[in-house]
Amino acid sequence: MSAIEIRTAPHVKGPRTVERIMQHVVLSLSPIAAFFIYQYGISAAASLFVVTISCLLTERLFVKTGSQSGDISDWSATITGILLALSLPPGFPLWMGAVAGFVAIALGKALFGGIGFNVFNPALVGRAFVQAAFPTAIASYTPSFLTGRFSEFIPSSLAWPLMQPPETASWLKAMNIDALASATPLAKWKFDGVVVSASDLMTSLSGHMAVGPSPLLILACGVYLALRRYLDWRIPVAIFGAAGFTAWAIYTFDPTHYPDPFFMLFSGGLVLGAVYMATDMATSPVTPRGMWVYGGLIGVMTVVIRYYSGLPEGVMYAILIGNAATPLIERITQPTVFGKGAAKKARRAGTYPLHPSYISREEASAVAPKKRFLPNKPKKHS
Amino acid sequence: MKLLNYFRGEAFQRGIHPPSCKLTAETPIRRLPYAPYVVVPLSQHIGKAPHAIVRVGEEVVRGQPIARTDDWLSVPHHAPVTGVVEAIELRPSARGPWAPAIVIRTHPGASQEDLWGQERNLDDASPADLLQMIWDTGMVGLGGAAFPTHAKLTVPKQAKAHTLVVNGCECEPYLTCDHRVMVEEADDLIQGIRYALRVTGAVRAIVGVEDNKPEAVRAIQSAIDRAQGHTPEGEIFVEAVPTKYPQGAEKMLITALFGVEVPSGGLPIQLGMVVNNVGTLAALGRLLPAGQGLTERVVTVTGPGVERPGDYRVPLGTPLSFVLNYAGAPADSKQVILGGPMMGQSAPSLDVPITKGVSGVLVFKSDDIAFREQLRTYPCIKCGECVESCPMGLNPSQLGMLAAKREYELMGSQYHLGDCFECGCCTYVCPSSIPLVQQFRVAKQVLRERAAT
Repeated sequence: MSAIEIRTAPHVKGPRTVERIMQHVVLSLSPIAAFFIYQYGISAAASLFVVTISCLLTERLFVKTGSQSGDISDWSATITGILLALSLPPGFPLWMGAVAGFVAIALGKALFGGIGFNVFNPALVGRAFVQAAFPTAIASYTPSFLTGRFSEFIPSSLAWPLMQPPETASWLKAMNIDALASATPLAKWKFDGVVVSASDLMTSLSGHMAVGPSPLLILACGVYLALRRYLDWRIPVAIFGAAGFTAWAIYTFDPTHYPDPFFMLFSGGLVLGAVYMATDMATSPVTPRGMWVYGGLIGVMTVVIRYYSGLPEGVMYAILIGNAATPLIERITQPTVFGKGAAKKARRAGTYPLHPSYISREEASAVAPKKRFLPNKPKKHS
Repeated sequence: MKLLNYFRGEAFQRGIHPPSCKLTAETPIRRLPYAPYVVVPLSQHIGKAPHAIVRVGEEVVRGQPIARTDDWLSVPHHAPVTGVVEAIELRPSARGPWAPAIVIRTHPGASQEDLWGQERNLDDASPADLLQMIWDTGMVGLGGAAFPTHAKLTVPKQAKAHTLVVNGCECEPYLTCDHRVMVEEADDLIQGIRYALRVTGAVRAIVGVEDNKPEAVRAIQSAIDRAQGHTPEGEIFVEAVPTKYPQGAEKMLITALFGVEVPSGGLPIQLGMVVNNVGTLAALGRLLPAGQGLTERVVTVTGPGVERPGDYRVPLGTPLSFVLNYAGAPADSKQVILGGPMMGQSAPSLDVPITKGVSGVLVFKSDDIAFREQLRTYPCIKCGECVESCPMGLNPSQLGMLAAKREYELMGSQYHLGDCFECGCCTYVCPSSIPLVQQFRVAKQVLRERAAT
């Protein structure tokens, strides 16, 4: 027999690895990305490609310089890239997309030390940066399902680096489409008071609505991930519950000013944010109770920002605030240690009663040495 | 079955379901031949080591006491074979450092019958006498922890035990020795339970068996039916509990059976319970009336490449190399584990003997551990898998990050490190392959040393 090796227990290992988790998330994102390309054509495809490549190159750069852990082989930068591209308008200038990808990894991830150490969701850091830097470009959506979307770029996509993108309004007019169609449903409601029906939003198939991928598709992919336990179901459920409840409460109070809760749930990036962004493992709490608190915080914050701020969309800031609060939430929601909770009462009906009925009450309660004891010595042998 | 468990409520919160790999569940227990020499380490259990009472060159017969002790947390040893004491010297031990041991060269022609023990009638023995007899058998917990059984059966003065919980879970993958003992020695087990009931003064005994061993439940039930009518000590029940790791931890089993939690840092006696392993009680049921000492135990020898895996009755002190040769371990064995794969210990050398606490010998070839070899350790990605699997309700993710920063004091005071019993669930599920349990072992050791100074 050859030399044997010494290892520490446990000597068996579950099948789950970081790469596998990330690969599954990428896999579940692929139908969403495919639908996004189907909606917006080659501009969306180019945007997805450029942003993801930018993220991967940045990751490689910082791994090479040694300032962060992980590598592009762990697929986490790919997820950041796809999510970032999905959250940007499809006609977003490609050079701005590349900047967003660079900032997402450099400021959102590498600065903190790479995979696992980031405090904020990198994709949202990138998006927040371009939201501040290019406010007009990020607000100009184009309608979906345009004819000729697979042969022609949206003009703003191909803006030269460091140049402002051209106006898309005249391009749209040439295609005989109402310029209003290029506002997102949330912006339409916020600035014009037009509410789109929830069923149209769910599928995002009707008309030329300027929306992202279909919420139904994202939910289906999210359910797949949750069933395979690659994301925690508590966070999206808490977000939808809190956002829906807050919106419903405000709606019942004043239905003329505020939209119905279903419009709130299915418009904008709430579904994508709740299923894919807020559930980012590194930036959400590890404790089960903390996940409920975190999701609830994001849900309420989203509705508040949407209703009362100058911005039409609030999911991004709500999640970033939730990320910042995560360490504090974890601190107050540590799990209850076995034997420290309500230990006196049977939690679930056990098979047997603690004290059998045929011993007397005095005998049953005669057991209470307080401290850990060493057995008292009955007799000493010499 | 899963659905049924769902409606019944899970046995205890969290925990994991590793593949069970019980290769040897159907094989009857076989006897291992006597090795040319045996090595009996003096320290085989928790507590002080006993001292040798034989001299080099002395002839011993099987079952004769060769080491004795006065210390309460210690047990005597008996000669596992008839032969000549060859040496009393330092020998490799399972823990790593060499430790004092008695080496006995087996007499080739001896019948190896236990001639030392004398049959006795225990019907009138008082609990104190029985306890002394249990001490004299040298019995320790055969489940793996090797805590002296007489100490475990002693109920402290101010407390009272009403229930004896008999642990037949055997939740570790690969191991089947308790399973086979329950199937083949159910009558001895019932006998042992009766002695334990008398010693502790408990009025009922409940045997908890995981529901992946239905034939063990049936065997014990029929043994209970056979013993019906002459068990004045109290009622004996057998109960199948949902299969889940680490059900074999006594606190988890109590939660599964009674729905209550043993207070943190406390012992089952605080709820009026005494917990013992089935293997221990079955051995007591056989040894006590025969008046013999513990000289052999059932060991599962298994592994993916072992030619003749099975449960073997192994004389204590048999060197590992002899056991592995007999069972036909593959030539390219890479790792030999004493105990189960979740909590067992890597054997440092094949000269290490089988001791009282070794429940299994598990052999892995290099391709069995190749999957673990190529895993890369990532920083914690805070996926929360460990929190969802820790049966004690700890936060291993947080503890692991603190351990990496050497914040051991904080781990102990704020994050309940002391409640961790090193079951290995967190490390098993960790996608980042962080050696969490090892970090906790180090942290506990450092804290113990700091507390001692």
